[in-house]
Amino acid sequence: MSENNWTIEHDDNNIAWVHFDSPGASANLLSQVAIKELDNIIKDFEQNLPRALVILSDKKDSFIFGADIKEFTALENKEQALAFMHNGHDLMNRLEALSCPTVSMIHGLCFGGGTELSLACNHIVASDDKKTKIGLPEIKLGIHPGYGGTARSIERCGPLAAMNIMLTGRALTARSAKKINLIDEMVPVRQLKAAAEYFALNAPKRKQLPFLTRITNSSLLRPLIAAQMRKQVATKAKAEHYPAPYSLIDLWKKYAGNKKLMLEKEAMAVADLATTDTARNLVRVFFLQENLKSQGKQTDFDVKHVHVIGGGLMGGDIASWCAIQGYSVTVQDQSPQALAQTIKRAQYSFNKKFKRDRRAIRDANDRLMADHRGAGIPRADIIIEAIFEDKDVKRTLYESIEPRMKESAILATNTSSIKLEDLSSCLKNPGRLVGLHFFNPVALMPLVEIIRGNETDETVVQQALAFGKNIGKLPLAVKSSPGFLVNRILMPYILEAVTMVDEGIPAEVIDKAATDYGMPMGPIELADTVGLDICKSVANILSEALGMPLPDNLKQLSDKKLGKKTGEGFYQYKGNKPVKNKRASYSDPQEVQDRLVMRLLNEATACLREGIVEDKDLIDAGVIFGTGFAPFRGGPLEYIRSCGIDKLSQNMASLQAKFGVRFERDGGWDEL
Amino acid sequence: MSNESGRKVYIVDGSRTPQLKSRGKVGPFSAGDLAVAAAKPLLLRHNFPLEAIDEVILGCMMPGEREANVGRVVALRLGIPQSVPAWTVQRNCASGMQSVDSAFKNIRNGDADLILAGGVESMSRAPVLFNHTMVNWLGDFMRARSLGQKLKTISQLRAKHFTPVISLIHGLTDDTVGLNMGETAEIIAEKFGITRQQMDEYAMNSHHRLSKAHDAGYLDEIEVLYDEKGNFYDHDDGVRADSSVESLSKLRPAFDKKYGKVTAGNSAQITDGASWLLLASEDAVKKYDLPVMASITDTQWAGLDPAVMGMGPVHAMTPIMQRHQLSIDDIDYWEINEAFATQVLGCVQAWQQDGYCQDNLHLDKAMGEIPYEKLNIDGGGVSLGHPVGASGARIILHLCKILQRTNGKQGMASLCIGGGQGGAVLLQNESTTNTEAA
Repeated sequence: MSENNWTIEHDDNNIAWVHFDSPGASANLLSQVAIKELDNIIKDFEQNLPRALVILSDKKDSFIFGADIKEFTALENKEQALAFMHNGHDLMNRLEALSCPTVSMIHGLCFGGGTELSLACNHIVASDDKKTKIGLPEIKLGIHPGYGGTARSIERCGPLAAMNIMLTGRALTARSAKKINLIDEMVPVRQLKAAAEYFALNAPKRKQLPFLTRITNSSLLRPLIAAQMRKQVATKAKAEHYPAPYSLIDLWKKYAGNKKLMLEKEAMAVADLATTDTARNLVRVFFLQENLKSQGKQTDFDVKHVHVIGGGLMGGDIASWCAIQGYSVTVQDQSPQALAQTIKRAQYSFNKKFKRDRRAIRDANDRLMADHRGAGIPRADIIIEAIFEDKDVKRTLYESIEPRMKESAILATNTSSIKLEDLSSCLKNPGRLVGLHFFNPVALMPLVEIIRGNETDETVVQQALAFGKNIGKLPLAVKSSPGFLVNRILMPYILEAVTMVDEGIPAEVIDKAATDYGMPMGPIELADTVGLDICKSVANILSEALGMPLPDNLKQLSDKKLGKKTGEGFYQYKGNKPVKNKRASYSDPQEVQDRLVMRLLNEATACLREGIVEDKDLIDAGVIFGTGFAPFRGGPLEYIRSCGIDKLSQNMASLQAKFGVRFERDGGWDEL
Repeated sequence: MSNESGRKVYIVDGSRTPQLKSRGKVGPFSAGDLAVAAAKPLLLRHNFPLEAIDEVILGCMMPGEREANVGRVVALRLGIPQSVPAWTVQRNCASGMQSVDSAFKNIRNGDADLILAGGVESMSRAPVLFNHTMVNWLGDFMRARSLGQKLKTISQLRAKHFTPVISLIHGLTDDTVGLNMGETAEIIAEKFGITRQQMDEYAMNSHHRLSKAHDAGYLDEIEVLYDEKGNFYDHDDGVRADSSVESLSKLRPAFDKKYGKVTAGNSAQITDGASWLLLASEDAVKKYDLPVMASITDTQWAGLDPAVMGMGPVHAMTPIMQRHQLSIDDIDYWEINEAFATQVLGCVQAWQQDGYCQDNLHLDKAMGEIPYEKLNIDGGGVSLGHPVGASGARIILHLCKILQRTNGKQGMASLCIGGGQGGAVLLQNESTTNTEAA
């Protein structure tokens, strides 16, 4: 098969400029075909050696995105996976062995296979542009670099720096990449070609790594350092959930002394990892994410100005997030006093996002305007209402702003508890109201639920989806029903946890059962973090609508014990961290985990039955990106499928026998 | 020469920051920050596309160190398209009036239809510079190659190297005549026999007037400023509602030490602030359905002895009065910038004196008395400060507001200029209603 991904151009100096340009794609992927084609090109060069070779991309602002992840999903067994890896290895080895200077010239995104290809070159030059990001993010897909990137990155940067980027999967700016020697030169885009040419013609020798860096790779120290790395990784990911980082550390510890052997073992390790459930599920999550990103693509919604009403925690964070994303934003609240706090909080967001980039922070501030008079209303293309949850106040507000709104502007509410229909009925054009449900903290939570009320115009839903995508979030269209998707699925799980506290089971045990399952945070700590008052109000709405009784613990709340924000909830808080009793124990932690998980899974099937979102995959996507639900399990419905419906149904039956009707299997199970 | 030829020029709208008194430390906002903050709400409340603006003109005496051509910096920060030119004008204390005059002339001549013009000053951020000795020393140090040379250069450092050059002090000193602005005010006091008591009374009333205007909501051109630390600023913070002649009389002379009369209390405050006006031709007003506040009838600049620069207003206003055959009664309200209480009092007296008017203004006899009830009725530089580059635009803006509020017909705004000049602008009320356009 031939796609002509590569074109070769020889210049007067006999430098071969090898251009990568995947036909018909917006970005270059190092697919198996692209690998084969380049392999053939290098073979030709072996016979007909140019003075030097430079690899570059013809795509605007991107180099190589990495391997084609779609090809991963087709791997059925280990043998296939190994053959897949070997194709990559053959190319990289051939490129590395080529006897003329080889240069990788990076501008824009360079990930995974792209970075590995660069590492097989003698020299790497990169632009200092903001768009240039270099990384080895394989770990996020449940594997680690498998085209020789492990051994070669360690060779270049030393084990500590290289393992750090591989274990975290983080993307480096050119500046950080230069600092750890991942690249040889960083220049402005306008000098990139000149720099590549310089390296091609002069092939300067690379400086040896410092002595202290070199000895960290010695067989004497490796076991000690590896143990330390395992410890650090363990705080983030459990070996039984995420085997890849442990496998990577092992690979280094055992084989770092012998590059050839390490390369061989690397391919085998990745072939093993690629066929695990974790990797398959993480790849699935990757595609779920792509799916959500594509949700807003149907409509072009050109937003020039965003107006946010409510400068509190959510409204303020939504406003500063939109300003960070490049929108002109006004944020309205009742008084300059209130807005002064909003602007102060925004500085925190800007500093976090832009670090010490003074100009970027200034520009974000210039885009964000505190507006206690609501002058932004007539200018806004989208108005986001994020005031406190009071139906009448919201309706009065809507009535007063609608006459001032642009004809084409849409009105979005961040409400999590009031029915859209109850709000839209006060509008002359009820079709323009849509829910835009952000999660706290706005800057970190990727999901935004787009709530489709009965009255909401389809165009408005599409516009809201497009807006969600354009502000860098993952938009998910959800039917207007109590709790929408995310809160609804979380709530039975949290209520079950609180019920268990009522029963006398230690909170620590309950939270551990959840984190052991793979949740990012236990339900009790989550309730404390969200605020018990907020939990209660959401639970109240759901208990009315879905018949979930409120546990005693939530019925009566003291103003001083509302969770983390008041310093005490189910836990006591010291320096923003819960004080946990490490010796807390319970006789049957498995049952605790089952009770939590089964409630959540059961609610997910109910949402499927009721058509809260369009399909199964979107339920999984929503739950993963909205709650942090163990990504390596692929989502609640995928988890039921992989465990077996029958087995889990039995599980439900026995829980129902012991704890009653709330564990009754929902009709949705039959639709799986 | 008639200044009336050409198209009519409207003042559509305006806005300003509160004026923040300099407290001896670097203030929270640079000149660019102030100008951006004041312009954002102004641009937001009108519905023309930003590319409709033909140019941006900003008056400023001392922009921040990163803000050369601060007008352009501000225009870009406001998101005004790059294709729209922007420039900065400097005529000392009249920089903000110069920008309005330049806008006026460009629209009148048909070169532009819509111009954002204003003035700004962050006096609290006026640069403090190295002196020449230090600059030369730094040059030597940069040239020193070896460690020995470097050490030798370091050993030559003396205390005198560290004496800073405070540009604010130099900016407020006229080097041609060697006089500080305060000293020129003392000269006027002496010339017209103005007493300390008169100055302090004038100053007290300025505070009381501003305070009353603030309470009555007459300063709705002010837009709230927010800093990064959670503070907001919604009023001119130099005002003292409880100001009294008694308290003012306790202050010591600030310029002619010991025996002088001009004090910090009866002089304009050192403040930070920005003011903007939106000027438009009749075509632009129609095209974008803009409200109008006023039109500019005429402007005038005048020169005089730098040692009595405070008399500038009468020199600038007189030709306008003559050209339009106006008597004092024809003007409903006057804004004469209060650089110093004594200088405003001096101007009022000069127009009442046949001698001054004949000798200096080519008039046959005295112009007459500007009624105190019509002059600076909502306070002035003494109470709300004089951010030098901004004041010219501020007094024009506020005069528009006064005419609107009182249904006055005509108003005159004028100020004195360090270096011995005066500037004046004659305004015509054009607003149809008393209420501000929403």
